[in-house]
Amino acid sequence: MKKVVTLKIDDKEVKTEEGMTILEAAKQAGVEIPTLCYHEGLEPYGACRICSVEIEKRGRSRIVAACCYPAEEDIKVTTRSPRIDKLRKTIIELATVMAGEDVAGQLRALASEYDADLSRFRSRVPMEPIKCILCGLCVRRCIEANWDSAIGFAGRGVDRRVVLFPEKAGICSTCNYCYVVCPTGRISSAFGPDPPFPHVDDILAGRK
Amino acid sequence: MGVKCISSPEDLEKLRQEIRAEREPSKPTISVCVSTGCVALGAWRVMDALKAELEKQGIMDNVEIRETGCLGFCEQGPRVTIYPEEICYFKVKPEDVPEIVSKTILEKQAVERLLYTDPTSGKKAQKLEDIPFYKHQLRLLLENNARIDPKNIEDYIAVGGYSALAKILFEMTPEQVIEEVKRANLRGRGGGGFPAGFKWETTRNAPGEPKYVIVNCDEGDPGAFMDRSLMEGNPHSVLEGLMIGAYAIGASEGFVYVREEYPIAVENVFTAIRQAEDYGLLGENIMGSGFSFKIKVHKGAGAFVSGESSALMTAIEGKVGEPRPKYVHTAVKGIRDKPSCLNNVKTWANVPLIILRGAEWFRSIGTKGSSGTMIFSIVGKVNNTGLLEVPMGITLRDLIYNIGGGIRAGKRFKAVQTGGPSGGLIPEECLDLPVDFDELTKVGSMMGSGGMVVMDEDTCMVDTARYFVDFLLEESCGKCIPCREGLRVLSKILNDICEGKGKDEDMQTTEDIAETMRDASLCALGQTAANPVLTSLKYFREEWEQHIREKRCQAKVCKALTNYYIDPEKCQACLLCLRECPVGAIQGSKDQVHWIDQETCEKCGTCYELCNFDAVKKLSGEPIPPPPPKGMKPLRKRKGGN
Repeated sequence: MKKVVTLKIDDKEVKTEEGMTILEAAKQAGVEIPTLCYHEGLEPYGACRICSVEIEKRGRSRIVAACCYPAEEDIKVTTRSPRIDKLRKTIIELATVMAGEDVAGQLRALASEYDADLSRFRSRVPMEPIKCILCGLCVRRCIEANWDSAIGFAGRGVDRRVVLFPEKAGICSTCNYCYVVCPTGRISSAFGPDPPFPHVDDILAGRK
Repeated sequence: MGVKCISSPEDLEKLRQEIRAEREPSKPTISVCVSTGCVALGAWRVMDALKAELEKQGIMDNVEIRETGCLGFCEQGPRVTIYPEEICYFKVKPEDVPEIVSKTILEKQAVERLLYTDPTSGKKAQKLEDIPFYKHQLRLLLENNARIDPKNIEDYIAVGGYSALAKILFEMTPEQVIEEVKRANLRGRGGGGFPAGFKWETTRNAPGEPKYVIVNCDEGDPGAFMDRSLMEGNPHSVLEGLMIGAYAIGASEGFVYVREEYPIAVENVFTAIRQAEDYGLLGENIMGSGFSFKIKVHKGAGAFVSGESSALMTAIEGKVGEPRPKYVHTAVKGIRDKPSCLNNVKTWANVPLIILRGAEWFRSIGTKGSSGTMIFSIVGKVNNTGLLEVPMGITLRDLIYNIGGGIRAGKRFKAVQTGGPSGGLIPEECLDLPVDFDELTKVGSMMGSGGMVVMDEDTCMVDTARYFVDFLLEESCGKCIPCREGLRVLSKILNDICEGKGKDEDMQTTEDIAETMRDASLCALGQTAANPVLTSLKYFREEWEQHIREKRCQAKVCKALTNYYIDPEKCQACLLCLRECPVGAIQGSKDQVHWIDQETCEKCGTCYELCNFDAVKKLSGEPIPPPPPKGMKPLRKRKGGN
């Protein structure tokens, strides 16, 4: 039997098992926290930061990612506040730089909810949108479905992309998990990775 | 000398006495620095010349030559010190060697011209402590760098090495060791300043076996080389600290993560590990105590972000060095999810000192909150650049003016950046700030690993913020959105401002992004990346406004906002700039003052640097006067006149 921890989420007292994250505890309590790179079947990844919440612990407050932070005894979690809303709005606006204004899926829904100005930063940065925010769900889901992955990350920093490893293309079992989990509508086909992910060699060689 | 296997603390003491007995203190010893800085300046050529000269004079056996580590004053290298007189020579060339041998070794006299000259007083300094750069330092960690050959374990043993290890293995319990480190209030020297003793305790108490200990030598700050210097110059002190930590924590395996770009550090740490194993100071049943420990070296491939603890551990696991969420500390779940205690090179190197001299002694140095010394790497527009070790709590002013020798060429101080590329830019009004972990954080900067860049009035603070954002943009791993996209947009905005394309709302946008990065980024790289931007905005806001509103760069650094102009009153029509201009933008002739065709000018600055008459000016935010009337003859100065 696991230890029970009691914490406060938006003034609601929530009891949950030790080892749960804030996000899981909030879900149990019916409090919704937005996510983009989270999937309940996968290890928390902590890349999109949209699930950022404010916690107060021993009188000190800080912002943490709810998908990774463990539910701890006596912490006070605030999931919505002007500060958090502004943070999420800015994150969505930043994510759009790479994703593009015509992004679909969850990101689009969140953009309207947080009143994000999708062209705020995009208009400053001349960059071909690729409809991807590098949440890594497709890559992580693929590894889980196939014990290996036809796709993966290449490049560092702003050059980071999800790419296809051609020698592993045969792994793709057209299971469509990647299509299902994609939060931006990047993977549009119900049959395998289509439009095709860029070839790893093209990305590393700087070809488009 | 044959290899001896030490199987008890008495053996170690006996060996130490033997080594000391074999060495005559009066025997002339020539210590030559063969660390990266001096090697780059030709230390090996000096070394070869020394050997040849001693051979020629037939006194090879009467003199000992020692290849030692770095003393920090690298700009004055190659450095050669002669003991027992302790005569320090700087900027030694192979041609100087015969004189050194004949005069100093044989006649015991100093070669005046090779001694350090204090540029302010003009006085020569023979000993290290007579040099202003060293006078105000307190060198606990770097002290032995000049005295020992890092590739010879016996040198380290001779100066008392491994006696702290012997002490804890036979006289202290692991809990007592942790207690001692806690009482000493040793804080993490990698930048975070987390109390090391508490970290050790967390790892010790965390469930899971095996436990790991790690040395972080992935120093990536531009211009900083504190860790390299220690690793090259005294690797055994780091290994001894690591072993003491391993014993206290209950770890049987340790890693040294060192950058591949530090070849001498890599070589020396491998040699040190091998020698320690040969002497029975590392491996199975160390000194017969029953404690066993092994160390592996992991060479990093040069990613700045890999210095972050979770990214470093991911790299050790063989994966791409990317940070992962660490709300559960790496001290509890680190390498392969096992408890892993990571500390910086300098943190580990402090441990043997604390064990030998006691926590009280350590606490007596520095400030209340930050004990001990800190090694800084001071670079930029100061007269003396290099590595220095000072007690915590010294003011920035003392660091820059007393040790650093003040600003170069009599210019005015503008700002100092502490803590590496993501440290804040600290203005003149904060110069009396005592340097310790807490005070630097209060003004928006940080201690970091000890990098320090001094800037003078010719530095543009918007351009500086741009430079560091661009550096971090290259180094961000790209995993989380705030850091990756935040840096991408910040870089674009800052480059725009420097190019005169800034808009009024840019300052607000910059602040919004910077705050989002600070609050929401996954790791410390993103969380601190905005520090230079935020502090530049906070302390030098008027420069931002000048760039955006007046299209003016007061330091005349931003190319797009600066024009070159030749003052016709001063131009002597010497043709120098005209000939050297790479794009042919300068017009005029032998008897006609020159002028710059602004359309063609690439603003490379060649004319500005070449002009002997101070006629080329930089203009920013002011109209460029029209070219001189055609055929204007230069106003020649009278001979002998001003």
